[in-house]
Amino acid sequence: MEDKLNSILADAREALAKTNNLNELNELRVRYLGKKGSLTMVLRGMGSLSPEERPRVGQLANEVRAEIENILEQRLAEIKRKVKSAKLAEEKIDVTLPGTPFLIGHKHPLTAVQEEIENIFLGMGYSIEEGPEIETDYYNFEALNLPKYHPARDMQDSFFISPEVLLRTHTSPVQVRTMERTVPNLPVRIIAPGKVYRRDDDATHSPMFHQVEGLVIDKRITFGDLKGTLQVFAEKMFGPKTRTRFRPSYFPFTEPSAEVDISCGMCDGKGCRVCSYTGWLEILGCGMVHPRVLEMSGYNSEDVTGFAFGMGVERIAMLKYDIDDMRLLFDNDLRFLAQF
Amino acid sequence: MRVSYKWLKEYVQIDVPPRELAERLTLAGVAVEAIEEPGKDISNVYTGKILKIEQHPNADKLVVCRVTTGGDEELQIVTGATNVREGHIIPVAVVGARLTGGLTIKKAKLRGVESRGMLCSGQELGLDPDTMPEDQAHGIMILPADTPLGVDVKPLIGLDDAILELELTPNRGDCMSMVGVAREVAAIFNKPFKMPETDVAPTVDAAGNNVKVDIEDPALCRRYVARLLKNVKIGASPAWMQERLRAAGVRPINNVVDVTNYVMMELGQPLHAFDYNKLKDGHIIVRRAADDEAMLTLDKSKRELSSDMLVITDPGGPVAVAGVMGGYDSEVTPETKAILLESAYFDPVSIRRTSRDLGLRSESSARFEKGIDLTGCRRAADRAARLLVDMGAAEVVDLVVDNYPRPWIEKTILLRPQRVYHILDLQIPQPEIADLLIRLQFQVKEDEKGLLVTVPGFRPDISLEIDLIEEVARLYGFNCVPNTLPVGSVTQGARNYSQELALKIRNFLATGGFSEVITYTFVNPRVFDLLGLAPDSQLRKTVALKNPMSEDQSVMRTLLYPGLLDVLQRNAKRQVKDAAVFELGRVYHPREGETLPLEVTTLAAAVTGSTPGGWNRSPVTMDFYYLKGVLDALLVQVGVNDVSYVPVTGAPGFHPGRTAAVICGETEIGIIGDLHPDVQEAYDLSRPVTIFEVNFDKLAGVSGNLRRYKSLPRFPGVERDLAVVIRNDIPCADIINTICRAASALLQEVRLFDVYRGKQVEKGRQSLAFSLKFQAADRTLTDDEVNKQIEKITGALEREYAAVLRS
Repeated sequence: MEDKLNSILADAREALAKTNNLNELNELRVRYLGKKGSLTMVLRGMGSLSPEERPRVGQLANEVRAEIENILEQRLAEIKRKVKSAKLAEEKIDVTLPGTPFLIGHKHPLTAVQEEIENIFLGMGYSIEEGPEIETDYYNFEALNLPKYHPARDMQDSFFISPEVLLRTHTSPVQVRTMERTVPNLPVRIIAPGKVYRRDDDATHSPMFHQVEGLVIDKRITFGDLKGTLQVFAEKMFGPKTRTRFRPSYFPFTEPSAEVDISCGMCDGKGCRVCSYTGWLEILGCGMVHPRVLEMSGYNSEDVTGFAFGMGVERIAMLKYDIDDMRLLFDNDLRFLAQF
Repeated sequence: MRVSYKWLKEYVQIDVPPRELAERLTLAGVAVEAIEEPGKDISNVYTGKILKIEQHPNADKLVVCRVTTGGDEELQIVTGATNVREGHIIPVAVVGARLTGGLTIKKAKLRGVESRGMLCSGQELGLDPDTMPEDQAHGIMILPADTPLGVDVKPLIGLDDAILELELTPNRGDCMSMVGVAREVAAIFNKPFKMPETDVAPTVDAAGNNVKVDIEDPALCRRYVARLLKNVKIGASPAWMQERLRAAGVRPINNVVDVTNYVMMELGQPLHAFDYNKLKDGHIIVRRAADDEAMLTLDKSKRELSSDMLVITDPGGPVAVAGVMGGYDSEVTPETKAILLESAYFDPVSIRRTSRDLGLRSESSARFEKGIDLTGCRRAADRAARLLVDMGAAEVVDLVVDNYPRPWIEKTILLRPQRVYHILDLQIPQPEIADLLIRLQFQVKEDEKGLLVTVPGFRPDISLEIDLIEEVARLYGFNCVPNTLPVGSVTQGARNYSQELALKIRNFLATGGFSEVITYTFVNPRVFDLLGLAPDSQLRKTVALKNPMSEDQSVMRTLLYPGLLDVLQRNAKRQVKDAAVFELGRVYHPREGETLPLEVTTLAAAVTGSTPGGWNRSPVTMDFYYLKGVLDALLVQVGVNDVSYVPVTGAPGFHPGRTAAVICGETEIGIIGDLHPDVQEAYDLSRPVTIFEVNFDKLAGVSGNLRRYKSLPRFPGVERDLAVVIRNDIPCADIINTICRAASALLQEVRLFDVYRGKQVEKGRQSLAFSLKFQAADRTLTDDEVNKQIEKITGALEREYAAVLRS
């Protein structure tokens, strides 16, 4: 009987080792351990054993059962693993096939740049002011120290609606309107973004373009503050290594006035095509608010000072994205817009 | 303004090369835009003399010249030029010479005759033909007869010079002169400045000569100096003067005209020379023109004058438009024997208006309109006389009239050093401030309050303390001012509600597949015809530009979407036929009785074609319902809850059966619809287009960012599908309304999931399938409760629309 048990175990070992599928494994479980299984059949013959043999054989039989069950468990786990990995292998996909199209759009590069400029100044405590694009001569010129027939009006060839109404040539009228509204309170700390218009049309000029102007008025604003503020702006906009250079210039509404150049980011100021081999790129105009402008808006120019600056969004976008023709910005070719 | 580096050295010592000079000037506020070095690429061109000219044996249009460059050797050179004669001294490019444009001279045979070099024109030497004497502009350059032979031609004709091109700001009229720039250079480098010689000794007695100047309008002519010169010999001006004029971009004409131009370039004072014998009685009258007056100017054009314009007249009529251009009839000619030199001061605004009204700008008007040195008129007249005498071109009569009714008023300005510190944040000691101003030729006196600064006559732009502070700053160097940041009370930097909303909408649409466009706000009024607007449509009432760039950009838009149609059209022509675009911008409506028009911020979007398909996904047509879905989502995003779409027929430009007004609560905020097929055709678009255009300000009014949490249901809901067959002209919105009204509050959601028209349904009817969701907050609903709701709903639909339940 003991031989029989041992041979059942050997049989089972061999059969279980061979099988590779779950059904067969179940059949084998029945064949060896089931109610009519070979082990059960052997155990039924236990009655014919002598009382001395019985415990020994019984123990052996239990050991054989335990061993078979053990092997069954192991095989079951193995086969399940194999089945699963076969399934996973079958489920393989070509991950290089293109993804399902997700429709994305694009902000216009001018908007993107304008928002970037706005965010820099919002972070420095400026608020955003807006005003009409169609303005009176008073707000666009006179209140900015540009009386009629002033030669500096030539710098801004205007579109007229009537002798007294025109398309604003800069967003400076917003500054005047803001000062009039705020006076005598302090400080004024605003930027004025928006569309402006001048009679110019070529690769670097558009009859409609965008400006962001800034104005700060307070008790003790200095030219150094203007320089420092624009240095911060230049670093945030064009990178921390950017240097600025201030060149004296002339605007009727500021004095002293300056044009600001930044070091060319393409060549690091060494000189290249982009900066016309000067190492510098002109990006904005600025200055200390002219005392007459302060007075006209109701501030006492002995008590308060201020600075103002203005930049063309197109110019900055063209520098930032290396665009060489301004007309592209208003052509709205979707293949162009999709690049931003 | 073109400034010759060589010429500039006559007035101030310059120790730096042109490039560095340009840099220093620029950083002091006199911007140098470019540096021109005309002779940079030219070499081996020498002076030569033509010994003999013979006809070319094989060519009618060529001649063979024998030329000496001073040595023993004679060069045989073939030329096609017709302005050379034997004995002429000319520039000769010898074999191996380099000329402009990289041209190299080699030995050559021209129609069988050997040629060893080339006779050069000014143009071949890099000179502008417009600055060459007329007879040489298109021929060989002819040098003065006393020119030595065999010397390098470059220094003789200014090719060893550098020209600084200044881009002057309108306030610095004083720098429209060599001495003005020289003063700046002297101040920057702290060098002495030398004024040119103006002493002149009359050699002709005044007796028997008559010069009289009457100024009728002294406000427009503050000063008029007239100087008489006789025994005039008209001829060419000396080579050195021609060279300088050429450097300044002025064509040499004759000695008298050249001198007036030279002095204008040198001192900034425009001069005019009249042929004295053509002036009646030597009598100059400066007055406003009459409205019906006209005159012939130097350029032989007839100019219609008006009473706004100042003219120079003699008793017979106008002889010059003051400060703008001389008259043809009193012009200096080769026969002129006596000249009257005018050196005057005319009012800048008047000159500016006159020159604008006549469409005539000259070197002279450009200077007058910026304001010249009122104190310098006499000096300029003397300088011109001196030059003419030195050249042997005229003799000076002991007769000068200096009519000076409105003299220069000396300005003295108090400059407080603490104000300099306050504005510039720069601690410059008072003596240093004084020194900087003295270098700029201001007179400075110390006072207990600060510095008393007297402004020289050539700086009419300086009248306020701040002007002086700017002078100090620019000479000290802007870049020497330390960078600081403003100190003061803290301000909150934030976008306001509508700015924030605009940002949100842009972000939403851009991430939702729309590309933002920016189109011109001025449009062609023809757009309204393309849209089929009625002739009396309000939208045709535009804000029109008086001086547009073109008809295409002549009126301000009253609608946003036509700009989008232009964009779609342009892209379609470039094979981009699927498009989803939007623009957020203003439209403009004139307002009765208001100076300024109404500007309405508007949002428009347009779609055409389909979304991109893929290998596993078919493209979706971007049609009315696509765009409506976008708008719905957008409105939810900005907090609009109560939206309805009301069919609209007859909206201009829109399809009559596919257009709706967008209504939020009680407010109509815009329109959505398919483009009318006629308009689609007018825009040459091959596929249908859907558009919405929404008033952004109204949208902002109905939007909000107030959101309240609603507790989530704790009991499961029950979903039931309901399909009804119903007349197809009943708006779905009405049916949904009926369903909602019929059911109790248990009905939480109605979703249309199928619309069917076709064989299974009789004509004129359609099947609509709804998914209805019922839910209660406090219990799980029983079938019974839900069935009762469904019965009420079907009952109402049957009653109101004769709807038939579809099993």
